[in-house]
Amino acid sequence: MSLAAPTHAASSDFLTANRLTYCGLLIVALSLPWVGNDYWALIATRAAIYWVLVSGLNLVVGYAGQLAIGYVALLTLGAYTTSVLTAGNVMPPVHPYIALMIAGLTGAFFGVFIGLPALRLRTFYFAMTTLGFATIVTQVALAWQSVTGGGIGITGPEFPAPFNSAWGFYAFCMGIAALCTWMTSNVAHSRHGRALVAIRDVEVAAESCGVYKPHALIKVFIIAGMLAGISGGLFASLQTYITPDAFTFELSVLFFISILIGGRGSIIGPLLGTIILTLLQEIAAPLAAWSNFLYAVLLLVIVLAMPGGIAALIDFKNKKALHSDRNLVLDVDLLGAFKPETKQSQPLDLKGIRLQFGALRAIDGLDFHVKSGEIHGLIGPNGSGKTTTLNVISGFYSPQFGQMVFDGQALPAGLPHLRAGLGIGRTYQTPKIVGEASVLDNVMLGGIASSDTHFIETVLTLPRAIAEEQKTRHDALQALRAVGLDKFASVRADRLQHSELRFLEIARALMGRPKLLMLDEPAAGLSVEEIKKLGELIKGVAKNGTAILLVEHHADFIFSICDYVTVLNLGKPLASDIPSVVRVHKEVVSAYLGA
Amino acid sequence: MLATIIASGLATGAVYALVGITYNTMYATSRVMSFTAGQVGMLGGVLGSLYMIVWGLPLLLALPLVLASCALIGVITEYVAVRPVLKSLEQHLYVLSTLALSLMFQQVTAIEWGTEPRPFPKLFGLGTGISDEKFWIPVIACILTIIGLEYLYRYTLLGRAFVAVAEDNYAAQALGLPERNLRIASYALAGAIGGLAGFSGGELMLAFFANGAVLNFYGFVPVALGGLGNNKGAVIGGLALGLFQQAANFMVGGIFASVAVFALFIIVLLFVPQGFFGSATARRV
Repeated sequence: MSLAAPTHAASSDFLTANRLTYCGLLIVALSLPWVGNDYWALIATRAAIYWVLVSGLNLVVGYAGQLAIGYVALLTLGAYTTSVLTAGNVMPPVHPYIALMIAGLTGAFFGVFIGLPALRLRTFYFAMTTLGFATIVTQVALAWQSVTGGGIGITGPEFPAPFNSAWGFYAFCMGIAALCTWMTSNVAHSRHGRALVAIRDVEVAAESCGVYKPHALIKVFIIAGMLAGISGGLFASLQTYITPDAFTFELSVLFFISILIGGRGSIIGPLLGTIILTLLQEIAAPLAAWSNFLYAVLLLVIVLAMPGGIAALIDFKNKKALHSDRNLVLDVDLLGAFKPETKQSQPLDLKGIRLQFGALRAIDGLDFHVKSGEIHGLIGPNGSGKTTTLNVISGFYSPQFGQMVFDGQALPAGLPHLRAGLGIGRTYQTPKIVGEASVLDNVMLGGIASSDTHFIETVLTLPRAIAEEQKTRHDALQALRAVGLDKFASVRADRLQHSELRFLEIARALMGRPKLLMLDEPAAGLSVEEIKKLGELIKGVAKNGTAILLVEHHADFIFSICDYVTVLNLGKPLASDIPSVVRVHKEVVSAYLGA
Repeated sequence: MLATIIASGLATGAVYALVGITYNTMYATSRVMSFTAGQVGMLGGVLGSLYMIVWGLPLLLALPLVLASCALIGVITEYVAVRPVLKSLEQHLYVLSTLALSLMFQQVTAIEWGTEPRPFPKLFGLGTGISDEKFWIPVIACILTIIGLEYLYRYTLLGRAFVAVAEDNYAAQALGLPERNLRIASYALAGAIGGLAGFSGGELMLAFFANGAVLNFYGFVPVALGGLGNNKGAVIGGLALGLFQQAANFMVGGIFASVAVFALFIIVLLFVPQGFFGSATARRV
């Protein structure tokens, strides 16, 4: 999908298409007051107000993949907060602008509160909490008569001149909507956006790259909640009078459909979706009660028939055939740019590691160390604890006993998201890449741990954020060139073949300038020719001082490139020596290599 | 007052527990949490009222008919909203497909049955005050369901096949179990249990189209409390929820009772994410 495209120069045709659509929308928005009547103003204003909410929700749903199905609750909350504060039901009346800001803050607070379960649990729980919240907010609005007016309702806020006329208010809402488009698009096309998509599709790899899910999600919950609250305040003003009936759950479904139709991981798609759905609401109005049924049917049809949305349908760029020449041409000289900043002669040292799952000792007293610039092979039969060892070092498992020392300091067990920052990179047995993102975006994901600009700088695209983004892009292209994948930079990553994904993962890991690079069966599924190139690449990386820990079944490959080999059997080291010794080690031959 | 809290708390709790079991029964064979669980609960009440008051059927005829209708709703759920998205389970499309289907059921009910709550018939006309039948019918329905399910899972071939599919889908298929038919059967069973929840709680909650959304949420809370797929947990969680809600109702009033339940729900999810009776999370890497 199109999240891939807008970040790369090679996709200029797509960028222009995107720009043209934005320009077209802008022209329509600007010319509307000269050609339309008040009814048009009402519809267009409503579309703008919906978009204020949907733009934020899009980051939660379309990017982070969290199914927030009850966001109408935050709209309700914002509408009532603004109305009650300006009406002065509980305290002296507040100026509408201040009330709108308070509504935004209230929305942000509850956006985070109902999002808390999403930080740890599967997205169904989040769907449930948002649904439950929607149920409760409506109940409270109905029952808390002294404040909300109960079923009778309450007057919405009126903004001071010049925003109190139909077109004046239209201009106000359009301005805010444009601002929302800009801000959410800044987030989407930054490392924060990439992190969200990575959490959605490959959570484990995202953590290893330094993405901490709770932090990434809370930021977008704040933005989305705030925008929903503000949208509610504007909505109340547009309605002039609000009752709980105005906030049906179907409105939530509409918001959701806008994003689904538009396609996930896109800004322009959901924007068009919102406009279409606002118009549909008008067209379907004569159907009265059946219109809600229609929305539900629409949701079902979209989910079953076109889960990729419009954006996937019109993504022509990724329908073109790829280069027929798929030879990887490495450029190992470029690897120098990814050498670790400081060198320790012995970055990794494991002592007495023991990890049990119940009664099973997956790792049973493991000691070894990897020197900088050394290619250390880790071999052994299936189930001997090789990948488990990598997972312990990566922080996905916490061993019950033993110490890990990395780069002269104790390496705490667990905490996978801190590994990238320390200089530990890794690849996976089955490549974990974001299929919908471009090859370049996938590599840029590896630069997250070394980024230090603040989220606010990204939202407002301040100079430091732009510079950082450019540097990351430059480095990522460099890494792609090094592994020979630069010609596919703007291609959707899921279009690459398996062997190319292995090199892509290495490029991503290189972005963190690792002191230790762990490769989990990188040669699996590669042709003889490709394995040769892989060997060249690994040697090139090691030459720059990166320690390499290589898990592999391919015995010839291991013995040809490793400086040192540790053989595991049943979680214990069987032998640990230079390749020529290990190769003829009696027990190793009988347990693993065979005669 | 304490007696009233306990009576009404256990009654609503039993209804929530039954909806929780509905969720679990669907989840067991498909790994899908379906939003139609609450809607079959709502339909149990609405159809009960339709068959008995509008059509004038006797209880002995109406109850099997309600259960059969709701079982059919369960089967429709499997066909329309679950099977097409099973391939992409980790994308959680089922959340949206079952939500869409559940809203469709709700809207059709709203249009055909009306948006006002309508009365539900007295089933036996027994008891007054806190011994009123509306307080103990749901509890008895819940107890009978648990006994029935225990018998099914432990002593019948069909029940053991359910357990096998729930435990390890692939292994069950490799053994030659008709996984797809078992899944349909479990959705039918779940539908009937949900229907029983709504029917037995009909005198308490009336025949009202909006009950579906409420039961969707309050029926899920026991599942979250007790752990996904754990029926024992759902029953204990459901009864605890019912008692907590009714107690809060009497002490701080209706609005804040639902706020209290919601806050409790979030807190439990944060601190005991796998539920009180659930197993620890599976490995991720």
